[in-house]
Amino acid sequence: MPFAKRVSRVSGIRTILVLMAGLAVSACAVPGPGEAPDGIYDPNEGANRRVHAFNKRIDSALSGGEGPGLAASVPEPLAEGVANFADTVSLPQTVMNQILQARLGRAARNTLRFSVNATVGIAGLFDVASQIGLPEDESDFGETLYVWGLPEGAYIELPVLGPATERDAVGKVVDLFTDPVSYLVPTPDRYYATGAKLADKALSRARYGETVDSVLYDSADSYAQLRMIYLQKRRFELGDESAGEEDYIDPEALDTEGF
Amino acid sequence: MARHVLSRRGLLGSLAMAGLISALPAAVFAATSAQAQTLVDKLVGEINRVIDSGKSESAMLGDFKRIFESYGDMPYIAAYALGADGRSASPAQKKAFSAAFSGYISRKYGKRFREFVGGRLEVNGAKKVKNAYQVSTTAYLRGEAPFEVTFFVGEKSGRFYNMYIEGVNMLLTERTEIGAMLDKRRGDLNAMIEDLKRAG
Repeated sequence: MPFAKRVSRVSGIRTILVLMAGLAVSACAVPGPGEAPDGIYDPNEGANRRVHAFNKRIDSALSGGEGPGLAASVPEPLAEGVANFADTVSLPQTVMNQILQARLGRAARNTLRFSVNATVGIAGLFDVASQIGLPEDESDFGETLYVWGLPEGAYIELPVLGPATERDAVGKVVDLFTDPVSYLVPTPDRYYATGAKLADKALSRARYGETVDSVLYDSADSYAQLRMIYLQKRRFELGDESAGEEDYIDPEALDTEGF
Repeated sequence: MARHVLSRRGLLGSLAMAGLISALPAAVFAATSAQAQTLVDKLVGEINRVIDSGKSESAMLGDFKRIFESYGDMPYIAAYALGADGRSASPAQKKAFSAAFSGYISRKYGKRFREFVGGRLEVNGAKKVKNAYQVSTTAYLRGEAPFEVTFFVGEKSGRFYNMYIEGVNMLLTERTEIGAMLDKRRGDLNAMIEDLKRAG
């Protein structure tokens, strides 16, 4: 790639980052008092529920309804190789985000993890690094925005991508356009990276098929269930304790007479 | 779709573990972390034997129900899941709900056990917070990154009453689900209990 072109791309990234960060500040709505009982702030629930119904239709079409689909028949070692490769190609982006978060130790460990798996791990097919004390440690721009102090914003369910908060939705868009792999790796190699990430999603969906089904199809209100699980898990990942959920459940505070 | 939550290794694997973990022995509250670990190790062995027994699914679910009922504080979990709607319930309704709920929760989490085959759970330590003990553990599932599971054991009951699986609070999650089931029946508790008997 000619030097000038690379430079213009890098400045393009910077422009997008600045733009998106600006958008994020204005986009993340903050709940007023009493607007987020149980730590859930979902002012667009009607629209979100329509997206949820759409996502469920896509899921049932792609996972092929009853019985194990094609992805479930992929042998375990192959599925693991795909997962490892997908993780390896996502590492440069994770490192970039951890640098933006000023988490330099983790960025350094992930750089090392990338180097080990890309070489000893045969182009990322094997996760050698985990066995030598460098376990998976993912990050994304949504987390960077959290570290920078942006509010979580409202809950939102995105078409195809699934549940997010406004802050994470902005993060996903930024991540989409700022993956170093897509700028530094020439075609067609970078398509393998994208392909592996997509294949990994499909294989994970197959692997946990029954569990996913139990949330999406067996739940009385899969929208509410998914929202609850997503928000709790995401806040736990981020270490975000500001959301105002009940933080302590007292084992003696309930009247269990008759139960 | 919904990939962020649903395809992430941890959460799903951890859902698979939920029922298993709930079987944390009653004696944990008085134990050191080393004793708790021994107890959990024993328990994991016991449950793996159920999984490997080759019994029919319904027989296995029966075993899991027994484990849930002996180690979990079922009246508390059921009362919490029913939430404010429980206050107006008659004694007969409470009893019927409890019975249906313990079957439901055993089926729901018991079905996930197959995904746990070959996994293990390690106890990291226990600490006292107010009137409960938090037992912190790490779950290792085959081919997955390790993840954190925390149990809550009541000081008084000596039984497990809640757990956090990667930050996902079982009591809150089940209260949401039971609330949704009630809404579906427009608040008719008896109809919801009938649904609950078939759910999970």
